[in-house]
Amino acid sequence: MLDDFLVRAMLGGVGVALVAGPLGCVVVWRRMAYFGGALAHSALLGVALGLLLAIDIRLATLAICVLFALLLGRLQRRRELATDTLLGVFAETSLALGLVALSFMETVRIDLMAYLFGDVLAIGRGDLLWIWVGGLAVLAALAALWEPLLRITLHAELAQAEGLAVEPVRYAFMLLIALTVAMAMKIVGILLIVALLIIPAAAARPFARNPEQMALATAALGALAVALGIFGSLTFDTPSGPSIVVAMASLFGLSLCLGGLRLMGRRVG
Amino acid sequence: MAYAPRARARGTPDMLATADKMTAGSPAAAGAEPPLIEVRGVSFRSGQLSLLQSVDLVVGPREIVSLVGPNGAGKTTLLRVMLGGLAPSSGEVRKRPGLTIGYVPQRLQADPILPITLHRMLTLGQRPNPGTLAEIMAETGIQRLGHSLLHELSGGELQRALLARALLRAPDLLILDEPTQGIDFNGQLELYHLIEQVRDRRGCGILLVSHDLHLVMRATDRVVCLNRHVCCSGRPESVSRDPAYRQLFGPAAAAGLAIYSHHHNHVHDLAGDVVDPTPSTVSAPGAADAR
Repeated sequence: MLDDFLVRAMLGGVGVALVAGPLGCVVVWRRMAYFGGALAHSALLGVALGLLLAIDIRLATLAICVLFALLLGRLQRRRELATDTLLGVFAETSLALGLVALSFMETVRIDLMAYLFGDVLAIGRGDLLWIWVGGLAVLAALAALWEPLLRITLHAELAQAEGLAVEPVRYAFMLLIALTVAMAMKIVGILLIVALLIIPAAAARPFARNPEQMALATAALGALAVALGIFGSLTFDTPSGPSIVVAMASLFGLSLCLGGLRLMGRRVG
Repeated sequence: MAYAPRARARGTPDMLATADKMTAGSPAAAGAEPPLIEVRGVSFRSGQLSLLQSVDLVVGPREIVSLVGPNGAGKTTLLRVMLGGLAPSSGEVRKRPGLTIGYVPQRLQADPILPITLHRMLTLGQRPNPGTLAEIMAETGIQRLGHSLLHELSGGELQRALLARALLRAPDLLILDEPTQGIDFNGQLELYHLIEQVRDRRGCGILLVSHDLHLVMRATDRVVCLNRHVCCSGRPESVSRDPAYRQLFGPAAAAGLAIYSHHHNHVHDLAGDVVDPTPSTVSAPGAADAR
């Protein structure tokens, strides 16, 4: 069954969506969308490094993402540069570095588009293993960090005064994002990973009254969008990554309309 | 700098050391029992800036101490040092062994992007038994709001929710950082009344940080006036007459304080609203926002 590229695409895409959902909720709550994007941009440097050193590309990507997250965490303490400025510098620099490094490797012909925009239909068994084992690990870690993350999101200083070790939680969460980026790269590509993290979460928000509801709804919407996107990609012969993002955006639009209707209903009622 | 060695001399009756620093009044309540928390000669420097200069502060059991001072006086820095978030450059913070601190931060920015009910906020990271939870929610007047989303609550309600969260830890010492910011006058009166009730009922010590001088003084046993160093401290009436206090806040503030602490009727005139002039009959918080 796993020989069928469509089954592998579905399993991989849905797997990533199920992980990215709850994680994306926290990204949205903590206003780290741009951080996720910057981290994803740095992944291309990881790809180049992987090819250069002839090591597993996902491992290299993960290493670069982790390094990047740690560096950013440190630099955020400097007040004279705003976080979005720092993120911009890092994101564009690492993307550019990655592209420059790749251009030097004349012997290696890679499908750059597949890394930038994803190629879900090219998911192999090794990728599936990465996605599901890595995904379960990320979800387990996220479950353990869930309440601490909510506490530092609500009020970091209060959490610290109550004895919570805020910094380790912050760094651990950055590492989870890095892991997810390394996993999701193949599905939607480096440039579209942020969409996977934040669009389903944004679409789920109007229908949730507690954090867990929102996480579950986000995972479900993300999985649905992946399925729709892959189906659309096959039907209309469109690139798979962008198709998935378009499907997510459609669900988000639908959610906006439904949320608006509900608000109107509440006002009338 | 002369305080550092003294602070390290453990086992000596340190109350004497504090008393000579006091320009007016002495911590009456702290005299009999060991204090909950003692700040001894604490200085804090950030780069070239000296934010705190050998500050002494003591809070005893059942004592309400108000820490007042203008913006930039180092109030928040001192709180962070006391809570353990910042290490002092010199001096020390001594806590009674096993001391539990309940901290009520300045304000909670309830962001609508995170859907979370008040009940969930109270039980996040702590598992109080249902009886205690109901009791404390009633005490703080938020018993009807358990299922409300945080971002739907008013500033006063959020502040009482934070107080409830702090009380769930069964604190010996409650530290409140400018708890009435962004709350209207009636809400402030209610909150201060509630804080007084909490002290009376639970017997915990309370440290109240504020820059609004008028209201904070009423419920206070002792005022400590901070401007990087302790300018003066003592009972509210004596502090308001202290030249250092007048210099720090201006004669107008001192006059306002004197008026408030002596003629409670002024509450009515100042607010231009129906507020019961006698503090003892200020309505219970729950009654005010019954929906």
